[in-house]
Amino acid sequence: MTEITVNVNGKSYTREIEPRMLLVHFIRDVLGLTGTNIGCETSVCGACTILMDGQAVKSCTQLAVQADGSDVTTIEGLASNGDLHPVQEGFWEKHGLQCGYCTPGMIMSGVDLLKNNPNPTEDEIRHGIEGNLCRCTGYHNIVKAIQYAAEKMQGGN
Amino acid sequence: MGKAIGQAIKRKEDPRLITGQAKYLDDIQLPGMVYAAVLRSPYAHANIKSIDTSEAESQPGVVGVFTGKDFADLNPLPCAWQAGGVNNNANTPRTLEIDKVTFTGAGVAVVVAESRYAAEDALQYIHVDYEVLPTVVDAKKATEPGAPQLHENAPNNICMEWTCGDEAGTDKALGEADVVVKQAIRNQRLLPTPMDSRGAIGIYSPVSEDYTVYMTSQCPHIMRLLMTAFVFGMPESKMRCISPHVGGGFGTKIFLYPEYCMVAAVSKKLGGLPVKWMETRRENYVATSHGRDHVTEFEVAAKSDGTITGLKVETYANLGGILSTIAPGIPTTLYGRMLSGVYKIPNIYCKVYGTYTNTGMVDAYRGAGRPEASYLVERAVDLVAQELGMDPTEVRRKNFIPPEAFPYAPASNILNGLKYDSGNYAGALDKALELIDYKNLRKEQEEARKAGRLMGIGFSSYVEICGVAPSAWVGLNGEGWGAGLWESANVRVHLTGQVVVTTGSQPHGQGHETTMAQIAADLLGMDVADVRVEHSDTLGTPFGYGTYGSRSATVGGTAIYNSVQKIIEKAKKIGAHMLEAAPEDVTFEDGKVFVKGSPDKAKTIQEVALAAAVAYDLPAGTEPFLDDTTYYDPPNCTYPFGTHVCIVEVDKDSGHVQIKRYLAVDDVGKKINPLIVDGQIHGGVVQGVGQALWEGAMYDDNGQLVSGSLMDYALPKAHYLPMIETDSTETPSPVNPMGIKGAGEAGTIASAQAVVNAVVDALAPYGIKHIDMPLTPQKVWEAIHSNGNGGN
Repeated sequence: MTEITVNVNGKSYTREIEPRMLLVHFIRDVLGLTGTNIGCETSVCGACTILMDGQAVKSCTQLAVQADGSDVTTIEGLASNGDLHPVQEGFWEKHGLQCGYCTPGMIMSGVDLLKNNPNPTEDEIRHGIEGNLCRCTGYHNIVKAIQYAAEKMQGGN
Repeated sequence: MGKAIGQAIKRKEDPRLITGQAKYLDDIQLPGMVYAAVLRSPYAHANIKSIDTSEAESQPGVVGVFTGKDFADLNPLPCAWQAGGVNNNANTPRTLEIDKVTFTGAGVAVVVAESRYAAEDALQYIHVDYEVLPTVVDAKKATEPGAPQLHENAPNNICMEWTCGDEAGTDKALGEADVVVKQAIRNQRLLPTPMDSRGAIGIYSPVSEDYTVYMTSQCPHIMRLLMTAFVFGMPESKMRCISPHVGGGFGTKIFLYPEYCMVAAVSKKLGGLPVKWMETRRENYVATSHGRDHVTEFEVAAKSDGTITGLKVETYANLGGILSTIAPGIPTTLYGRMLSGVYKIPNIYCKVYGTYTNTGMVDAYRGAGRPEASYLVERAVDLVAQELGMDPTEVRRKNFIPPEAFPYAPASNILNGLKYDSGNYAGALDKALELIDYKNLRKEQEEARKAGRLMGIGFSSYVEICGVAPSAWVGLNGEGWGAGLWESANVRVHLTGQVVVTTGSQPHGQGHETTMAQIAADLLGMDVADVRVEHSDTLGTPFGYGTYGSRSATVGGTAIYNSVQKIIEKAKKIGAHMLEAAPEDVTFEDGKVFVKGSPDKAKTIQEVALAAAVAYDLPAGTEPFLDDTTYYDPPNCTYPFGTHVCIVEVDKDSGHVQIKRYLAVDDVGKKINPLIVDGQIHGGVVQGVGQALWEGAMYDDNGQLVSGSLMDYALPKAHYLPMIETDSTETPSPVNPMGIKGAGEAGTIASAQAVVNAVVDALAPYGIKHIDMPLTPQKVWEAIHSNGNGGN
């Protein structure tokens, strides 16, 4: 067993874990934050996307020990004081989700995308989320949701 | 109607989904929970000679190891739709297989441990002695002499032979036709891939001797019925089934699977410990049902003016190694019966062989039979157009069933007594042509060709059968479905004025909590926020058949509609009493009961609900409370239709297909929530585009699923696609009072052929008539270069 300390959504957690434990299992099973989903276990679908030290990573193919000392943000930590993050709001406004399973990962990728490119073109959005699979929406309204958030974060409506 | 139906309002369910608060199956943790991992056969065809579990049992954290023999007292899972005379040769899964396996991925043993990691670790210590047998994976080759035989009761691996239509009449039409086009086509096997794979949690109570099973199911009531009455042999009251949030289904979660029975049975063996099993993606690909997989030859007869006079079809439908719950009904009722498409084809005949092969189970996948039918019909129409040198829209228009012909019974009684409800097929085509600017498109295409670019325009005019289904038609005496297909609703107006609607249907992305609330709110003149929709738990909802076949709004929604109507009648009676008026003198409008002509003196539905609940002053003989339950059995199915147009450009050097534009003009009847309908169309279209261009489940000759992970199976990604343009016409269905036709599958049923027709159109200069899906760069390149001109 190994001891790790990870700051998740602004709260520090120190836990003894098996060195082989995947980060997504640490988040879901050890910390009980089940908003982050698992869709493929092969780093393809992106349902498990979180922010680690500000960068979007797929937590199904990271070991928990790799997150030792890191700051992690999951979907549960995105809204602040009850106010939805503009990307969350965009998904609601634009019907960017149906079953919702890919949504937490998709939102985290959207947050990462807009941080690096605050005013993306449609093409840049599509490439920005190419590591996240959605089987319900055909991506149409996800693109619109991210466009909505970009506009809002730029101070538009 | 009032102010809620037809509104594009945001979904009520979304706040918990966008904040990570929704609980999917794997999110549920219970005290004392243990975790199951299934050992699956690495062979596609083998006899199980022995299984030694002793070493696995002694691994750290293991609490139990079980094999099929431990559950020999449980019956095999039922086949609930025995279409086409499969009664004597239905071979179905067991909780765990005992003697033999017929596909890779069949479960043969289970380890239960204190953690998922420990359970997975211990799997390698189970030793199975297999006698490996020869395999066959192709639906048609399985029927040929010398093919390996999978089941003693199914000679030549034929599970069923099914026909519909008029063979003699169709042969005559083929003989008399000006032109006959023959084509062999494959509708390849697909992996449905809901992002949330399957899972289940079983909890047995040794005290009350009953079970609770959480499961990723589109129809928990049917699951309870099949598990108790057929597999466990006990009354329904001994089991409660619950679907938590379910992350997509696309048909695959309709069926009863062995693991749902396994977690319940294992919990009993372990004295009631909660047992969780959650599928990996690899397991999802080998052990969850697949879709499509038809090998077909057809002949279409036409006059030289483009009038189609006959269609003859022979299909080998791959059903897999054993039968999934409703597998036989998909390539029969939902396929053969829709082969008239949107056309008045006077002679139709279809023969289907359902065959066993050493592959995973094949059952309903979004559209289920209807995408295969509309793909065939729309390829046939384009082939006729190409043969006659006509514009494909002209051939379509010439053969459309005209609006005045509805209700329309397709020829040769292929729809077995039902009739298309309503339609204006030319109307949808006209709208599509206008929106896409067809005339200029053809000019653009000509210029592109001159410039050496391969641009193609593809059409798909489709009709589907939705809102399944009238019980008398679909049931045992008709299409062979072993039950009814009505739907239930309960509507209660509580004394605080809040409404609770329960439905037997089951949302897994469709937004029932919003659309069904819109129905009740609209009719009751209330805010949508004041209506709560409950579902997916056999405790607390009346029996219902669940969600599939685009039926939740048409059948489930109509059940709600009917209950609200009965509640309004009762409210009028109580309201009249409150107003000291005669019941026949009052009316109900906009949420209020008032004497006709005197809306100022009114009782609101909330005031009436309070009076009905406290019940101290009700008209004589009136029961307290505004509460009604409906079991609604539709008189017919519904038939959405439309025209989709796809514009592609093919890179002749690489064979790569790029979709430049995609337009969907759909007629789903009256829309309850246009935002949600559009979302359904977008997603449906992309699943069909995925089939046309990228997706395909690949088995090798040994029955190994080569495309067994998301690294190998090509799911559509965002950057492959353009925005999907949507528009609609509105032809209300006369089948139900709200005029709804259904929208869940339209996109998928319409889209694959629009893409393929576009690619074939782009390749017309090469004389190419057909390429089987998926149209990968390699296949397209080979087609371009196969006519001996080196692609020039």
